[in-house]
Amino acid sequence: MTVEPIEVAGPSRAARQDAFFQAICFSAAMVLMATLAGLIIALVIGGWPALAHFGPKFFISAAWDPVAEDYGAAGPIVGTLVTAGLAMAMALPLAVGIAVFLVEFCPSVLAKYVSMAVELLAGIPSIVYGMWGLFVLAPWFALHVQLPLFYVVDPDSFLGHLFEGIPNGANIFTAAMILAIMVLPYIATVLRELLLSVPPHVREAAYGMGCTPYEVVSRIMLPYIRRSAIGAVMLGLGRALGETMAVTFIIGNSHDFPRSLFASGSTISSTIANEFAEASSDLHVSALLALGLVLFVITFAALVGARLLIGQEKA
Amino acid sequence: MFRRTALAFGLGLAMISPAAAESFTGAGASFPASLYQAWAREYAQASTDQLNYQSIGSGGGVRQIIAHTVDFGATDKPLKPGELTRAGLVQFPAAIGGVVPVFNLPGIGPGQLRLTGALLGDIFLGTIKRWNDPRIAAANPGLKLPPFPITVVHRADGSGTTFLFTTYLAQTSPDWARRVGASDAVKWPAGIGGKGNDGVAAFVRQTYGSLGYVEYIYARKGKVSYALVRNAAGQYPAPAPDSFAAAATAAPWGRAAGNYVLLLNQPGAGAWPISGATFILMHRDQERPEKGRAVLRFFDWAFARGDATAARLSYVPLPVSLKAMVRRQWRAIGGGQ
Amino acid sequence: MRFDRRLFDRHARRKLVNYGFVGLTMAATAVAVIALLLILWSLLANGLGGVGLHIFTMDQPPPEMPGGLRNAILGSLEMCVIGMVMAVVTGILAGTWLAEYGEGKRLAEVVRFLNDVLLSAPSILIGLFVYELLVRPLHGFSAGAGAVALAFVATPVVTRTTEDILRLQSNQLREAGMAIGAGKSYVIRAIIWRASRPGLVTGALLGFARISGETAPLLFTSLGNPNMSFALTQPMGALPTTIYQFALSAFDDWRALAWVGALLIAMTVLAANIIGRALARGSHHS
Repeated sequence: MTVEPIEVAGPSRAARQDAFFQAICFSAAMVLMATLAGLIIALVIGGWPALAHFGPKFFISAAWDPVAEDYGAAGPIVGTLVTAGLAMAMALPLAVGIAVFLVEFCPSVLAKYVSMAVELLAGIPSIVYGMWGLFVLAPWFALHVQLPLFYVVDPDSFLGHLFEGIPNGANIFTAAMILAIMVLPYIATVLRELLLSVPPHVREAAYGMGCTPYEVVSRIMLPYIRRSAIGAVMLGLGRALGETMAVTFIIGNSHDFPRSLFASGSTISSTIANEFAEASSDLHVSALLALGLVLFVITFAALVGARLLIGQEKA
Repeated sequence: MFRRTALAFGLGLAMISPAAAESFTGAGASFPASLYQAWAREYAQASTDQLNYQSIGSGGGVRQIIAHTVDFGATDKPLKPGELTRAGLVQFPAAIGGVVPVFNLPGIGPGQLRLTGALLGDIFLGTIKRWNDPRIAAANPGLKLPPFPITVVHRADGSGTTFLFTTYLAQTSPDWARRVGASDAVKWPAGIGGKGNDGVAAFVRQTYGSLGYVEYIYARKGKVSYALVRNAAGQYPAPAPDSFAAAATAAPWGRAAGNYVLLLNQPGAGAWPISGATFILMHRDQERPEKGRAVLRFFDWAFARGDATAARLSYVPLPVSLKAMVRRQWRAIGGGQ
Repeated sequence: MRFDRRLFDRHARRKLVNYGFVGLTMAATAVAVIALLLILWSLLANGLGGVGLHIFTMDQPPPEMPGGLRNAILGSLEMCVIGMVMAVVTGILAGTWLAEYGEGKRLAEVVRFLNDVLLSAPSILIGLFVYELLVRPLHGFSAGAGAVALAFVATPVVTRTTEDILRLQSNQLREAGMAIGAGKSYVIRAIIWRASRPGLVTGALLGFARISGETAPLLFTSLGNPNMSFALTQPMGALPTTIYQFALSAFDDWRALAWVGALLIAMTVLAANIIGRALARGSHHS
């Protein structure tokens, strides 16, 4: 009787399929990474001539002179940071208020609709915000805020300098207002989820001791989520920094440092949007790409900060 | 199943194969944009070719034609002969217009405000800050000017309109020439930037006390008041096709290499001092000859049939002799008429 | 018991502060809701009047001539659909890798973080990137470049939602599949994907909603085209870019069309968002 040799089977068809499928999924993930890498490389290569030409002075010079080919990033950088900062200052209290309201005080019948309304704000495309800002907010602001202030405030006083600006509502403050409305739903939604994640026994212990809802929220719940909340804020900040369309319509497009609250300014993305198609010299194009690189670095820093603070994913 | 495949195949073909008729793209100056777009629409009735003209500013037109991403570029700022040779481009005028200062002062209507080049220079420098400044009042005896501050509106993007305007300022205001200079994008000492001619017109319309500059058609359509500017003969002609044409007729077209002619401060009592031609740029050696032919077919049609539309939109068509000269120059373009 | 006035005062003050706080939170919520209503109202008031059949049957006109938005609507549809197809394929596969094969791997954490970076990257930079990648080397603005730019914007969204939804599937499903001898890829494809389908559709809808309103990536890639065109190698008009051009113009009829376009985009995006989230909630409950 012969003993049949035992065949050592190679990878079965199923195993090959598994390996193939895993490879495809992995490649897709790598394509994604390649895109990001390509983006960074394109910005670095494109922006390098300007950075090499101007050196570190590029970041602190507010000049923007296409005739003399002198470009400096300070105006747009400051504009970006100021509008984003103002927007966060306006959005944060509102977002906290909305999240707290939805979690603690809102009657449950209404809660679904209110939270849907807040989410819808996030869905409105930025160009619609831009149009609304330019055609509705700006004239209203000029007529009902700037013009009355002209009459009431002495132009040479501190307040007068603070509120100095062209009365057409196209300035960094109104741009910040629009950004605040755009960013607020993101922060509010995350804060709401964070508040919901506070363990019930912590809340109930506080109520049990006789705290008013205000005290429970301000002294117990908000500090509990503080770290992750700051992370949420930085995510919103990342969005505010990169917003293009809504800002371009309403910021007034002036390259100088904004010198007052109602001054026209520019952000990095609005500068790129306005000038890229028409930049006539290579150095101009390179300066714009260098600006893009700066924006990317700032956004990246905000995201890294958010990640460190929020910790691992909130599922 | 077969039907679905056939449908998908057909759609795919539609997406990747060029149409039997040529569709060609031009980009550049916002000044002639309404004209080219109106011509394009009429041309679509007369031909199977389709023109897609995008207004991205004169600087953009130059850059994109040099990058070969469009079939022709349009610019109000003509390239100098040296630049043309370096980029391998041919340049010819397509129409004539004028740059007009516009303002927003309720109570003061179009043509009631008189300015000079020197005044404009000072206003745009920020040296003159209020409407009731004595220098403005001196040029406008009898006109009641409010004490309101002047909001200067300029272009945020690179523009041939800006080039014409700043060159005029540099020629008439020594301060401006010294401090700022002339180009399609300058470092503006004062004011806010609007995007495109339409952006400036929109800003001026919205902002009380503002002063900007736009191509004439945008002054008319944008419902803003235009100001009169003193010309080389000391007169104040109204900005209109006849005053632009008056500036164009005296110009030395035939003698200019690369058709580099600026119609600023032309002599003549009725000449508008800030006139200019708008130019088309094409490559001498066409990468895609069928596109080049389509572009030339279009402009040939426009020269032959487009005058009425141009007049309706307040542009000045080229004089007949100039058209003939331009047609002769087209033979230099690879695969031309 | 003696009535201690100090305790009473402090109690009253705390109550007052509390009422004030509740009032503030209500005011904050009111601000958000009012802002939404104001925006929707502006859209309807300015845009609804211009809506008519001609919007869908006529192409965008030169100034002061009759026309509609047909070419822009069709252009947006074509580029968004093509962009979404690319984004969905890449995004679902990448999300699957993160959820199923990335457990505990450091590389997966890095990929996840970088995906978030791409998600939050300003979309104008993506437009610049595609200009340098596809427009300049190929000597032409094109709808294909526009679709690719949109795909780059949408893929991280799809990746993220795919990973989230796949992680939510209970491990028992996976174990059951493997217990009957199916290979891992079969388990993922036939069981996990199928179970996650509503969530995956949500991800696709959210991605679609995001890119249908994007303007910046299209500015330097598809440029614009007033004529109706389906060719991927030619520039193509899109609703957001047309709105951008028309809104900033000085012509009244163009601005009216811009409002109509804004209304159309907003309605599309809101509908996609609502449907997407309704599907997501539905799948959570089931």
